[in-house]
Amino acid sequence: MGAPVRFLDSGDTALVVEFGAAIDQAVNERVLALDAALSAADIPGVVELTPTFRSLMIHYDPLRIDRAALVARTLELQSQTTVAARALRRWTIPCCYDLPHGEDLAEVASRLNLSPDQVVDLHSKAVFRVYMYGFAPGFAYLGGLPEALAIPRRAQPRPPHPVNAVLMAGGMSLIGTVAMPTGWWVIGRTPERMYAPGRVPEFLVSVGDEIRFDAVDAESFDRLEARAAAGETLARAEAL
Amino acid sequence: MSGGALRILQVGPGTTVQDGGRRGYLRYGVTAAGPMDPFALATANLALGRPRDAAVIEVSLSGLEVEAVGCGLTLAICGGAFDIRLGSTRLPSAVVLRLEPGTRLSIRASEIGAWAYVAVAGRIDLPAVLGSLSTHTRSGLGGLAGRGLVAGDSVPVVEADDSAVGLMAIHAPWLAQNAASIRVVLGPQDDYFAPEQIQAFLTQGWTLSSRSDRMAYGLTGVPLVHAKGHDIVSDGIAHGAIQIPGSGLPFVLMADRQPTGGYPKIATIISADLGRMAQLQAGAIVHFEVVPVADAVAARRRIEDGLAAKIALIPLIRTAFPSELLLGLNLISGVVDGQEPG
Repeated sequence: MGAPVRFLDSGDTALVVEFGAAIDQAVNERVLALDAALSAADIPGVVELTPTFRSLMIHYDPLRIDRAALVARTLELQSQTTVAARALRRWTIPCCYDLPHGEDLAEVASRLNLSPDQVVDLHSKAVFRVYMYGFAPGFAYLGGLPEALAIPRRAQPRPPHPVNAVLMAGGMSLIGTVAMPTGWWVIGRTPERMYAPGRVPEFLVSVGDEIRFDAVDAESFDRLEARAAAGETLARAEAL
Repeated sequence: MSGGALRILQVGPGTTVQDGGRRGYLRYGVTAAGPMDPFALATANLALGRPRDAAVIEVSLSGLEVEAVGCGLTLAICGGAFDIRLGSTRLPSAVVLRLEPGTRLSIRASEIGAWAYVAVAGRIDLPAVLGSLSTHTRSGLGGLAGRGLVAGDSVPVVEADDSAVGLMAIHAPWLAQNAASIRVVLGPQDDYFAPEQIQAFLTQGWTLSSRSDRMAYGLTGVPLVHAKGHDIVSDGIAHGAIQIPGSGLPFVLMADRQPTGGYPKIATIISADLGRMAQLQAGAIVHFEVVPVADAVAARRRIEDGLAAKIALIPLIRTAFPSELLLGLNLISGVVDGQEPG
Protein backbone atom coordinates (compact mmCIF):
# COMPACT_ATOMS: atom_id res chain seq x y z
CA MET A 1 0.00 0.00 0.00
CA GLY A 2 3.05 2.30 0.09
CA ALA A 3 4.25 4.62 2.86
CA PRO A 4 1.82 5.65 5.61
CA VAL A 5 -0.19 8.78 4.95
CA ARG A 6 0.00 11.96 7.01
CA PHE A 7 -3.13 13.84 8.12
CA LEU A 8 -2.55 17.60 8.23
CA ASP A 9 -5.16 20.10 9.39
CA SER A 10 -5.94 23.15 7.35
CA GLY A 11 -8.18 24.86 9.88
CA ASP A 12 -11.35 23.22 11.14
CA THR A 13 -12.97 22.56 7.75
CA ALA A 14 -10.22 20.96 5.67
CA LEU A 15 -7.98 17.98 6.19
CA VAL A 16 -5.00 17.18 3.97
CA VAL A 17 -4.22 13.51 3.40
CA GLU A 18 -0.60 13.64 2.31
CA PHE A 19 0.90 10.70 0.43
CA GLY A 20 4.24 12.25 -0.47
CA ALA A 21 6.05 15.50 -1.14
CA ALA A 22 7.05 15.05 -4.79
CA ILE A 23 5.48 14.61 -8.22
CA ASP A 24 5.45 10.87 -8.68
CA GLN A 25 3.02 8.69 -10.58
CA ALA A 26 2.79 6.04 -7.84
CA VAL A 27 1.99 8.72 -5.24
CA ASN A 28 -0.58 10.32 -7.53
CA GLU A 29 -2.21 6.93 -8.15
CA ARG A 30 -2.70 6.52 -4.40
CA VAL A 31 -4.21 10.01 -4.16
CA LEU A 32 -6.68 9.25 -6.95
CA ALA A 33 -7.57 5.85 -5.51
CA LEU A 34 -8.52 7.42 -2.17
CA ASP A 35 -10.33 10.22 -4.01
CA ALA A 36 -12.43 7.62 -5.85
CA ALA A 37 -13.08 5.61 -2.67
CA LEU A 38 -14.13 8.67 -0.65
CA SER A 39 -16.32 9.94 -3.49
CA ALA A 40 -18.05 6.56 -3.72
CA ALA A 41 -18.50 6.35 0.07
CA ASP A 42 -20.43 9.64 0.00
CA ILE A 43 -19.82 10.29 3.71
CA PRO A 44 -22.24 12.79 5.28
CA GLY A 45 -20.32 15.95 6.17
CA VAL A 46 -17.67 15.48 3.49
CA VAL A 47 -18.26 18.54 1.33
CA GLU A 48 -15.73 18.31 -1.48
CA LEU A 49 -12.44 16.65 -2.39
CA THR A 50 -9.45 18.27 -4.09
CA PRO A 51 -6.92 15.78 -5.45
CA THR A 52 -3.45 17.16 -6.20
CA PHE A 53 -0.16 15.63 -7.38
CA ARG A 54 0.58 14.19 -3.98
CA SER A 55 -2.24 14.89 -1.53
CA LEU A 56 -5.99 14.86 -1.19
CA MET A 57 -7.71 17.79 0.50
CA ILE A 58 -10.97 16.81 2.19
CA HIS A 59 -13.23 19.81 2.71
CA TYR A 60 -15.67 18.91 5.48
CA ASP A 61 -18.35 20.35 7.72
CA PRO A 62 -17.06 19.85 11.28
CA LEU A 63 -20.60 20.14 12.66
CA ARG A 64 -21.64 17.09 10.65
CA ILE A 65 -18.57 14.89 10.98
CA ASP A 66 -15.87 15.27 13.56
CA ARG A 67 -12.22 15.17 12.68
CA ALA A 68 -11.46 11.90 14.50
CA ALA A 69 -14.35 10.12 12.78
CA LEU A 70 -13.25 11.49 9.40
CA VAL A 71 -9.67 10.31 9.93
CA ALA A 72 -10.84 6.87 11.04
CA ARG A 73 -13.17 6.47 8.07
CA THR A 74 -10.49 7.67 5.66
CA LEU A 75 -7.92 5.23 7.03
CA GLU A 76 -10.42 2.41 6.78
CA LEU A 77 -11.21 3.24 3.15
CA GLN A 78 -7.56 3.69 2.34
CA SER A 79 -6.66 0.25 3.69
CA GLN A 80 -9.30 -1.31 1.43
CA THR A 81 -8.40 0.66 -1.66
CA THR A 82 -6.59 -0.81 -4.58
CA VAL A 83 -4.82 1.57 -6.88
CA ALA A 84 -6.03 0.09 -10.16
CA ALA A 85 -9.71 0.27 -9.28
CA ARG A 86 -10.55 3.23 -11.47
CA ALA A 87 -11.91 3.30 -15.00
CA LEU A 88 -9.33 5.13 -17.07
CA ARG A 89 -9.39 6.43 -20.60
CA ARG A 90 -6.78 7.41 -23.14
CA TRP A 91 -7.69 10.47 -25.11
CA THR A 92 -6.42 11.48 -28.53
CA ILE A 93 -6.71 15.24 -28.76
CA PRO A 94 -5.88 17.33 -31.86
CA CYS A 95 -3.15 19.94 -31.41
CA CYS A 96 -1.80 22.44 -33.91
CA TYR A 97 1.87 23.25 -33.31
CA ASP A 98 2.15 25.50 -36.39
CA LEU A 99 1.96 29.27 -36.38
CA PRO A 100 -0.04 31.22 -35.41
CA HIS A 101 -0.77 28.69 -32.63
CA GLY A 102 2.66 27.42 -31.57
CA GLU A 103 3.73 30.95 -30.66
CA ASP A 104 6.79 30.01 -28.61
CA LEU A 105 7.77 26.82 -30.44
CA ALA A 106 10.78 28.30 -32.26
CA GLU A 107 12.23 29.77 -29.08
CA VAL A 108 11.58 26.58 -27.11
CA ALA A 109 13.33 24.52 -29.80
CA SER A 110 16.32 26.83 -29.81
CA ARG A 111 16.62 26.74 -26.01
CA LEU A 112 16.44 22.93 -26.05
CA ASN A 113 18.94 22.63 -28.93
CA LEU A 114 16.33 20.83 -30.99
CA SER A 115 14.57 21.64 -34.24
CA PRO A 116 10.91 22.71 -34.01
CA ASP A 117 10.00 19.47 -35.82
CA GLN A 118 11.84 17.42 -33.18
CA VAL A 119 9.94 19.19 -30.40
CA VAL A 120 6.63 18.49 -32.14
CA ASP A 121 7.62 14.89 -32.78
CA LEU A 122 8.56 14.28 -29.13
CA HIS A 123 5.49 16.06 -27.75
CA SER A 124 2.98 14.39 -30.07
CA LYS A 125 4.41 10.91 -29.49
CA ALA A 126 4.42 11.19 -25.70
CA VAL A 127 1.65 9.64 -23.62
CA PHE A 128 0.68 12.15 -20.96
CA ARG A 129 -1.22 11.52 -17.76
CA VAL A 130 -3.53 14.06 -16.14
CA TYR A 131 -2.05 14.50 -12.66
CA MET A 132 -4.37 17.23 -11.48
CA TYR A 133 -6.36 20.29 -12.38
CA GLY A 134 -5.36 23.59 -10.84
CA PHE A 135 -4.72 27.30 -11.25
CA ALA A 136 -7.85 28.10 -13.30
CA PRO A 137 -10.93 26.27 -14.59
CA GLY A 138 -9.94 23.27 -16.69
CA PHE A 139 -6.16 23.76 -16.47
CA ALA A 140 -4.98 20.15 -16.73
CA TYR A 141 -1.44 19.39 -15.55
CA LEU A 142 0.09 16.62 -17.66
CA GLY A 143 2.92 14.37 -16.52
CA GLY A 144 4.91 12.27 -18.97
CA LEU A 145 6.83 14.97 -20.82
CA PRO A 146 9.98 13.48 -22.42
CA GLU A 147 13.13 14.61 -20.62
CA ALA A 148 14.48 16.17 -23.81
CA LEU A 149 11.61 18.68 -23.53
CA ALA A 150 12.29 19.69 -19.92
CA ILE A 151 12.51 23.47 -20.07
CA PRO A 152 12.40 25.82 -17.08
CA ARG A 153 9.68 28.43 -16.72
CA ARG A 154 10.26 31.85 -18.23
CA ALA A 155 12.00 34.37 -15.98
CA GLN A 156 9.13 36.80 -16.65
CA PRO A 157 5.52 35.91 -17.48
CA ARG A 158 4.50 36.32 -21.11
CA PRO A 159 1.27 38.08 -22.17
CA PRO A 160 -1.91 35.99 -21.95
CA HIS A 161 -1.89 32.77 -23.94
CA PRO A 162 -4.95 31.99 -26.06
CA VAL A 163 -7.77 29.78 -24.86
CA ASN A 164 -6.87 26.06 -25.06
CA ALA A 165 -3.14 26.71 -25.47
CA VAL A 166 -0.88 23.69 -25.06
CA LEU A 167 1.99 24.74 -22.81
CA MET A 168 5.23 23.31 -21.43
CA ALA A 169 7.52 24.16 -18.51
CA GLY A 170 9.13 22.61 -15.46
CA GLY A 171 9.03 19.07 -16.83
CA MET A 172 5.29 19.11 -17.47
CA SER A 173 2.79 20.00 -20.14
CA LEU A 174 -0.45 21.85 -19.50
CA ILE A 175 -3.63 22.71 -21.36
CA GLY A 176 -4.60 26.30 -20.54
CA THR A 177 -8.35 26.60 -21.05
CA VAL A 178 -8.70 30.27 -20.05
CA ALA A 179 -6.48 33.06 -21.40
CA MET A 180 -3.97 33.95 -18.67
CA PRO A 181 -0.53 35.55 -18.44
CA THR A 182 1.90 32.69 -17.91
CA GLY A 183 5.48 31.74 -17.15
CA TRP A 184 5.01 28.65 -19.34
CA TRP A 185 5.79 28.31 -23.07
CA VAL A 186 3.04 28.11 -25.70
CA ILE A 187 3.96 25.31 -28.11
CA GLY A 188 0.55 24.66 -29.66
CA ARG A 189 -3.17 24.90 -29.30
CA THR A 190 -6.03 22.43 -29.38
CA PRO A 191 -9.30 23.18 -31.20
CA GLU A 192 -11.04 20.91 -28.66
CA ARG A 193 -13.10 22.54 -25.93
CA MET A 194 -11.50 20.96 -22.89
CA TYR A 195 -13.88 22.99 -20.74
CA ALA A 196 -17.32 24.08 -21.89
CA PRO A 197 -19.79 25.44 -19.35
CA GLY A 198 -23.23 23.94 -19.92
CA ARG A 199 -21.93 20.88 -21.80
CA VAL A 200 -22.20 17.45 -20.21
CA PRO A 201 -19.54 16.78 -19.08
CA GLU A 202 -18.28 20.32 -18.56
CA PHE A 203 -14.69 19.09 -18.23
CA LEU A 204 -13.73 16.59 -20.89
CA VAL A 205 -10.98 14.60 -19.20
CA SER A 206 -10.69 13.22 -15.68
CA VAL A 207 -7.68 13.21 -13.41
CA GLY A 208 -5.82 9.95 -14.02
CA ASP A 209 -6.78 9.78 -17.71
CA GLU A 210 -4.08 9.59 -20.39
CA ILE A 211 -3.72 12.04 -23.25
CA ARG A 212 -1.92 11.88 -26.59
CA PHE A 213 -1.78 14.87 -28.93
CA ASP A 214 -2.48 14.39 -32.62
CA ALA A 215 -0.60 17.01 -34.66
CA VAL A 216 -2.82 18.87 -37.14
CA ASP A 217 -1.96 21.75 -39.49
CA ALA A 218 -3.34 25.27 -39.18
CA GLU A 219 -5.93 24.75 -41.91
CA SER A 220 -7.28 21.62 -40.19
CA PHE A 221 -7.25 23.52 -36.91
CA ASP A 222 -9.66 26.12 -38.28
CA ARG A 223 -11.99 23.43 -39.63
CA LEU A 224 -11.88 21.47 -36.37
CA GLU A 225 -12.40 24.57 -34.27
CA ALA A 226 -15.56 25.39 -36.22
CA ARG A 227 -16.83 21.86 -35.63
CA ALA A 228 -16.05 22.10 -31.91
CA ALA A 229 -17.85 25.44 -31.74
CA ALA A 230 -20.89 23.72 -33.27
CA GLY A 231 -20.90 21.28 -30.36
CA GLU A 232 -18.92 18.33 -31.70
CA THR A 233 -16.44 16.54 -29.45
CA LEU A 234 -13.23 16.15 -31.44
CA ALA A 235 -11.24 14.12 -28.95
CA ARG A 236 -11.50 10.35 -29.08
CA ALA A 237 -11.41 8.25 -25.93
CA GLU A 238 -10.53 4.57 -25.57
CA ALA A 239 -10.85 2.60 -22.36
CA LEU A 240 -7.55 1.47 -20.84
CA MET B 1 -45.04 38.24 -6.34
CA SER B 2 -43.64 40.51 -8.97
CA GLY B 3 -40.50 41.09 -10.94
CA GLY B 4 -38.20 44.05 -11.08
CA ALA B 5 -34.58 44.91 -10.75
CA LEU B 6 -32.00 46.71 -8.70
CA ARG B 7 -30.47 49.32 -10.98
CA ILE B 8 -26.91 50.27 -10.16
CA LEU B 9 -26.58 54.06 -10.03
CA GLN B 10 -23.05 54.27 -8.67
CA VAL B 11 -20.54 51.62 -7.76
CA GLY B 12 -16.79 51.32 -7.28
CA PRO B 13 -14.58 48.33 -8.11
CA GLY B 14 -15.03 45.00 -6.36
CA THR B 15 -18.80 44.85 -5.91
CA THR B 16 -20.18 41.56 -7.23
CA VAL B 17 -23.05 39.10 -7.07
CA GLN B 18 -22.20 36.23 -4.70
CA ASP B 19 -24.05 33.23 -3.34
CA GLY B 20 -22.77 30.54 -0.98
CA GLY B 21 -20.05 29.67 -3.49
CA ARG B 22 -19.37 27.22 -6.30
CA ARG B 23 -19.26 23.68 -4.91
CA GLY B 24 -17.92 20.54 -6.47
CA TYR B 25 -15.53 21.97 -9.06
CA LEU B 26 -12.36 22.58 -7.06
CA ARG B 27 -11.06 19.33 -8.59
CA TYR B 28 -11.29 20.97 -12.02
CA GLY B 29 -9.34 24.06 -11.01
CA VAL B 30 -12.47 26.15 -10.49
CA THR B 31 -12.32 28.69 -7.66
CA ALA B 32 -15.18 28.43 -5.17
CA ALA B 33 -15.65 32.23 -4.88
CA GLY B 34 -18.65 32.98 -2.62
CA PRO B 35 -18.80 35.52 0.18
CA MET B 36 -15.81 37.12 1.88
CA ASP B 37 -17.90 37.11 5.08
CA PRO B 38 -20.00 33.93 4.93
CA PHE B 39 -21.88 34.70 8.14
CA ALA B 40 -22.95 38.16 6.98
CA LEU B 41 -24.27 36.72 3.69
CA ALA B 42 -26.17 34.05 5.63
CA THR B 43 -27.56 36.62 8.10
CA ALA B 44 -28.83 38.92 5.35
CA ASN B 45 -30.61 36.06 3.61
CA LEU B 46 -32.03 34.51 6.79
CA ALA B 47 -33.33 37.91 7.97
CA LEU B 48 -35.62 37.78 4.92
CA GLY B 49 -36.47 34.10 5.29
CA ARG B 50 -34.40 33.26 2.23
CA PRO B 51 -32.11 30.20 1.89
CA ARG B 52 -28.88 31.08 3.67
CA ASP B 53 -26.71 30.67 0.58
CA ALA B 54 -28.96 32.57 -1.84
CA ALA B 55 -27.38 35.12 -4.18
CA VAL B 56 -26.90 38.66 -2.88
CA ILE B 57 -24.90 41.73 -3.84
CA GLU B 58 -21.59 41.91 -1.99
CA VAL B 59 -20.63 45.57 -1.62
CA SER B 60 -16.93 46.46 -1.41
CA LEU B 61 -15.34 49.37 0.46
CA SER B 62 -15.95 51.52 -2.58
CA GLY B 63 -19.71 51.60 -1.95
CA LEU B 64 -22.92 51.26 -3.91
CA GLU B 65 -25.98 53.31 -4.84
CA VAL B 66 -29.05 51.56 -6.21
CA GLU B 67 -32.72 52.11 -6.95
CA ALA B 68 -35.58 49.69 -7.40
CA VAL B 69 -37.01 49.44 -10.90
CA GLY B 70 -40.32 47.84 -11.85
CA CYS B 71 -41.54 47.16 -8.33
CA GLY B 72 -40.72 47.89 -4.71
CA LEU B 73 -38.14 45.54 -3.16
CA THR B 74 -37.59 44.44 0.43
CA LEU B 75 -33.88 44.25 1.22
CA ALA B 76 -31.74 43.13 4.13
CA ILE B 77 -28.32 44.69 4.50
CA CYS B 78 -25.62 43.70 6.97
CA GLY B 79 -21.91 42.98 7.23
CA GLY B 80 -19.49 45.80 7.97
CA ALA B 81 -20.76 48.93 9.78
CA PHE B 82 -21.54 50.70 6.51
CA ASP B 83 -23.24 54.10 6.27
CA ILE B 84 -26.67 53.31 4.83
CA ARG B 85 -29.01 56.02 3.60
CA LEU B 86 -32.50 55.52 2.25
CA GLY B 87 -33.15 58.80 0.45
CA SER B 88 -31.88 61.31 3.00
CA THR B 89 -32.52 59.12 6.07
CA ARG B 90 -29.51 57.53 7.67
CA LEU B 91 -30.19 53.99 8.91
CA PRO B 92 -28.49 51.48 11.17
CA SER B 93 -25.94 49.36 9.32
CA ALA B 94 -27.73 46.04 9.81
CA VAL B 95 -31.23 46.67 8.59
CA VAL B 96 -34.28 45.42 6.72
CA LEU B 97 -35.92 48.08 4.57
CA ARG B 98 -38.39 48.57 1.75
CA LEU B 99 -36.99 50.28 -1.32
CA GLU B 100 -39.68 51.82 -3.52
CA PRO B 101 -39.00 52.95 -7.09
CA GLY B 102 -37.79 56.54 -7.17
CA THR B 103 -35.87 56.38 -3.87
CA ARG B 104 -32.10 56.15 -3.85
CA LEU B 105 -30.39 53.71 -1.48
CA SER B 106 -26.77 54.44 -0.69
CA ILE B 107 -24.39 52.01 1.04
CA ARG B 108 -20.98 53.48 1.87
CA ALA B 109 -18.12 52.16 3.97
CA SER B 110 -17.32 53.79 7.30
CA GLU B 111 -14.38 53.11 9.61
CA ILE B 112 -15.47 49.58 10.50
CA GLY B 113 -15.89 46.70 8.08
CA ALA B 114 -14.97 46.07 4.48
CA TRP B 115 -17.92 44.17 2.98
CA ALA B 116 -21.69 44.64 3.17
CA TYR B 117 -24.31 42.21 1.86
CA VAL B 118 -27.57 43.21 0.20
CA ALA B 119 -30.10 40.35 0.18
CA VAL B 120 -33.42 40.58 -1.61
CA ALA B 121 -36.86 39.24 -0.62
CA GLY B 122 -37.16 37.60 -4.01
CA ARG B 123 -34.62 35.86 -6.17
CA ILE B 124 -31.77 37.40 -8.12
CA ASP B 125 -32.45 36.03 -11.58
CA LEU B 126 -29.09 35.43 -13.23
CA PRO B 127 -27.90 32.20 -14.86
CA ALA B 128 -26.07 29.74 -12.63
CA VAL B 129 -22.64 28.81 -14.00
CA LEU B 130 -21.33 25.46 -12.74
CA GLY B 131 -24.16 25.45 -10.24
CA SER B 132 -23.60 28.88 -8.74
CA LEU B 133 -24.28 32.60 -9.25
CA SER B 134 -21.04 33.57 -7.50
CA THR B 135 -18.89 35.91 -9.54
CA HIS B 136 -15.24 35.01 -10.07
CA THR B 137 -13.88 37.90 -12.08
CA ARG B 138 -10.45 36.38 -12.78
CA SER B 139 -11.97 33.50 -14.71
CA GLY B 140 -15.05 35.44 -15.85
CA LEU B 141 -17.56 33.08 -14.22
CA GLY B 142 -20.94 33.75 -12.70
CA GLY B 143 -22.72 36.89 -11.56
CA LEU B 144 -23.49 39.43 -14.22
CA ALA B 145 -21.43 38.36 -17.26
CA GLY B 146 -18.62 37.15 -14.99
CA ARG B 147 -17.62 40.66 -13.95
CA GLY B 148 -18.05 43.19 -11.16
CA LEU B 149 -21.07 45.48 -11.23
CA VAL B 150 -20.83 48.83 -13.03
CA ALA B 151 -23.10 51.85 -13.09
CA GLY B 152 -26.04 51.27 -15.41
CA ASP B 153 -26.28 47.53 -14.71
CA SER B 154 -29.61 46.07 -13.67
CA VAL B 155 -29.66 43.05 -11.39
CA PRO B 156 -32.96 41.31 -12.19
CA VAL B 157 -35.16 40.17 -9.31
CA VAL B 158 -38.05 37.73 -9.71
CA GLU B 159 -40.59 36.39 -7.22
CA ALA B 160 -40.26 39.67 -5.32
CA ASP B 161 -42.21 39.90 -2.07
CA ASP B 162 -44.97 42.51 -2.51
CA SER B 163 -45.83 42.98 1.15
CA ALA B 164 -44.92 46.27 2.77
CA VAL B 165 -42.51 46.04 5.69
CA GLY B 166 -41.37 48.68 8.12
CA LEU B 167 -37.77 49.44 8.94
CA MET B 168 -36.16 46.85 11.18
CA ALA B 169 -32.70 46.53 12.69
CA ILE B 170 -31.11 43.07 12.37
CA HIS B 171 -29.94 41.62 15.68
CA ALA B 172 -26.88 39.49 14.84
CA PRO B 173 -24.27 39.61 17.62
CA TRP B 174 -22.07 37.12 15.75
CA LEU B 175 -21.30 39.85 13.20
CA ALA B 176 -19.73 42.16 15.80
CA GLN B 177 -16.23 43.32 14.93
CA ASN B 178 -13.83 43.38 17.84
CA ALA B 179 -10.13 43.69 18.40
CA ALA B 180 -9.64 40.10 19.59
CA SER B 181 -6.94 37.97 18.00
CA ILE B 182 -7.77 36.04 14.87
CA ARG B 183 -7.69 32.37 15.82
CA VAL B 184 -5.77 29.86 13.71
CA VAL B 185 -4.99 26.15 13.59
CA LEU B 186 -1.31 25.53 12.79
CA GLY B 187 -0.50 23.89 9.47
CA PRO B 188 -0.76 22.21 7.07
CA GLN B 189 2.91 23.16 6.46
CA ASP B 190 3.99 24.53 9.85
CA ASP B 191 6.85 22.00 9.64
CA TYR B 192 8.41 24.25 6.98
CA PHE B 193 9.17 26.76 9.77
CA ALA B 194 11.47 26.54 12.79
CA PRO B 195 9.76 26.93 16.19
CA GLU B 196 11.10 30.47 16.66
CA GLN B 197 9.62 31.47 13.30
CA ILE B 198 6.23 30.13 14.36
CA GLN B 199 6.65 32.19 17.54
CA ALA B 200 7.50 35.24 15.42
CA PHE B 201 4.35 34.63 13.39
CA LEU B 202 2.21 34.43 16.55
CA THR B 203 3.74 37.24 18.61
CA GLN B 204 4.01 40.11 16.17
CA GLY B 205 1.21 42.41 15.10
CA TRP B 206 0.79 42.15 11.32
CA THR B 207 -0.49 45.11 9.34
CA LEU B 208 -3.15 44.47 6.71
CA SER B 209 -1.75 45.72 3.41
CA SER B 210 -3.64 47.72 0.81
CA ARG B 211 -2.59 44.90 -1.55
CA SER B 212 -5.67 42.97 -0.49
CA ASP B 213 -8.63 41.81 -2.51
CA ARG B 214 -11.12 38.96 -2.74
CA MET B 215 -8.31 36.55 -3.60
CA ALA B 216 -5.91 37.27 -0.75
CA TYR B 217 -5.18 39.69 2.08
CA GLY B 218 -1.52 40.70 2.23
CA LEU B 219 0.15 41.29 5.60
CA THR B 220 3.26 43.32 6.31
CA GLY B 221 5.61 43.00 9.28
CA VAL B 222 8.93 41.33 10.01
CA PRO B 223 9.33 38.69 7.27
CA LEU B 224 9.38 35.05 8.30
CA VAL B 225 12.20 32.72 7.27
CA HIS B 226 11.51 29.29 5.80
CA ALA B 227 13.40 26.31 7.16
CA LYS B 228 12.93 24.12 4.05
CA GLY B 229 12.54 26.60 1.18
CA HIS B 230 9.39 28.28 -0.04
CA ASP B 231 8.32 25.89 -2.79
CA ILE B 232 6.16 22.88 -2.18
CA VAL B 233 4.52 20.64 -4.73
CA SER B 234 1.00 22.06 -5.06
CA ASP B 235 -1.62 20.93 -2.61
CA GLY B 236 -5.11 22.05 -1.68
CA ILE B 237 -5.89 25.51 -0.30
CA ALA B 238 -8.60 26.07 2.30
CA HIS B 239 -10.41 29.39 2.85
CA GLY B 240 -8.28 31.25 5.41
CA ALA B 241 -5.01 29.41 4.75
CA ILE B 242 -2.04 31.67 5.50
CA GLN B 243 0.70 31.08 2.95
CA ILE B 244 4.23 32.36 3.26
CA PRO B 245 5.80 32.99 -0.16
CA GLY B 246 9.47 33.74 -0.79
CA SER B 247 9.15 37.28 0.59
CA GLY B 248 8.37 35.85 4.04
CA LEU B 249 5.29 38.09 4.27
CA PRO B 250 2.00 36.25 4.79
CA PHE B 251 -0.94 36.16 2.41
CA VAL B 252 -4.28 35.08 3.83
CA LEU B 253 -6.14 33.22 1.08
CA MET B 254 -9.72 34.38 0.85
CA ALA B 255 -12.88 33.64 -1.13
CA ASP B 256 -11.33 33.90 -4.62
CA ARG B 257 -8.28 31.76 -3.79
CA GLN B 258 -7.15 29.16 -6.29
CA PRO B 259 -8.09 25.59 -5.30
CA THR B 260 -4.42 24.55 -5.11
CA GLY B 261 -1.09 26.27 -4.63
CA GLY B 262 2.61 25.80 -4.15
CA TYR B 263 3.67 27.87 -1.13
CA PRO B 264 3.88 26.54 2.44
CA LYS B 265 0.92 27.43 4.63
CA ILE B 266 1.99 28.07 8.20
CA ALA B 267 -1.53 28.15 9.65
CA THR B 268 -5.20 28.42 8.70
CA ILE B 269 -7.76 30.82 10.16
CA ILE B 270 -10.60 28.99 11.88
CA SER B 271 -13.91 29.12 10.06
CA ALA B 272 -15.61 31.11 12.85
CA ASP B 273 -13.13 33.98 12.37
CA LEU B 274 -13.17 34.19 8.54
CA GLY B 275 -15.79 36.94 8.59
CA ARG B 276 -13.91 39.02 11.18
CA MET B 277 -10.72 38.71 9.12
CA ALA B 278 -12.52 39.67 5.91
CA GLN B 279 -14.05 42.75 7.52
CA LEU B 280 -10.68 44.30 8.45
CA GLN B 281 -9.56 47.37 6.53
CA ALA B 282 -6.07 48.10 5.21
CA GLY B 283 -3.87 49.38 8.03
CA ALA B 284 -5.55 47.20 10.68
CA ILE B 285 -3.19 45.34 13.04
CA VAL B 286 -3.78 41.59 13.19
CA HIS B 287 -2.62 39.22 15.92
CA PHE B 288 -2.94 35.47 15.45
CA GLU B 289 -3.61 33.00 18.25
CA VAL B 290 -3.38 29.20 17.98
CA VAL B 291 -6.36 27.14 19.12
CA PRO B 292 -7.02 23.40 18.93
CA VAL B 293 -9.41 22.15 16.25
CA ALA B 294 -11.98 21.31 18.96
CA ASP B 295 -12.08 24.97 20.07
CA ALA B 296 -12.44 26.09 16.46
CA VAL B 297 -15.43 23.78 16.04
CA ALA B 298 -16.99 25.04 19.31
CA ALA B 299 -16.64 28.65 18.12
CA ARG B 300 -18.20 27.75 14.79
CA ARG B 301 -21.06 25.97 16.57
CA ARG B 302 -21.89 29.12 18.56
CA ILE B 303 -22.27 31.08 15.33
CA GLU B 304 -24.33 28.34 13.67
CA ASP B 305 -26.62 28.19 16.72
CA GLY B 306 -27.28 31.92 16.25
CA LEU B 307 -28.00 31.46 12.56
CA ALA B 308 -30.22 28.43 13.17
CA ALA B 309 -32.56 30.38 15.46
CA LYS B 310 -34.90 32.87 13.81
CA ILE B 311 -32.94 36.09 13.25
CA ALA B 312 -34.30 38.75 15.59
CA LEU B 313 -35.55 41.88 13.84
CA ILE B 314 -36.14 45.01 15.94
CA PRO B 315 -38.78 47.37 14.53
CA LEU B 316 -37.46 50.91 14.13
CA ILE B 317 -40.27 53.35 14.71
CA ARG B 318 -38.10 56.43 14.51
CA THR B 319 -37.25 58.17 11.28
CA ALA B 320 -34.18 59.89 12.74
CA PHE B 321 -31.50 58.10 14.69
CA PRO B 322 -29.05 59.39 17.26
CA SER B 323 -25.47 58.69 16.31
CA GLU B 324 -24.97 55.88 18.82
CA LEU B 325 -27.72 53.93 17.11
CA LEU B 326 -26.34 54.43 13.65
CA LEU B 327 -23.37 52.17 13.93
CA GLY B 328 -25.56 49.14 13.68
CA LEU B 329 -22.99 46.93 15.31
CA ASN B 330 -23.09 49.12 18.42
CA LEU B 331 -26.82 48.89 18.36
CA ILE B 332 -26.60 45.18 18.02
CA SER B 333 -23.79 44.11 20.25
CA GLY B 334 -23.10 47.06 22.51
CA VAL B 335 -26.49 48.44 23.38
CA VAL B 336 -28.87 45.58 23.00
CA ASP B 337 -26.63 42.67 23.79
CA GLY B 338 -23.06 42.63 25.05
CA GLN B 339 -22.37 39.11 23.86
CA GLU B 340 -19.73 38.47 21.28
CA PRO B 341 -18.91 35.30 19.49
CA GLY B 342 -16.25 33.11 21.00
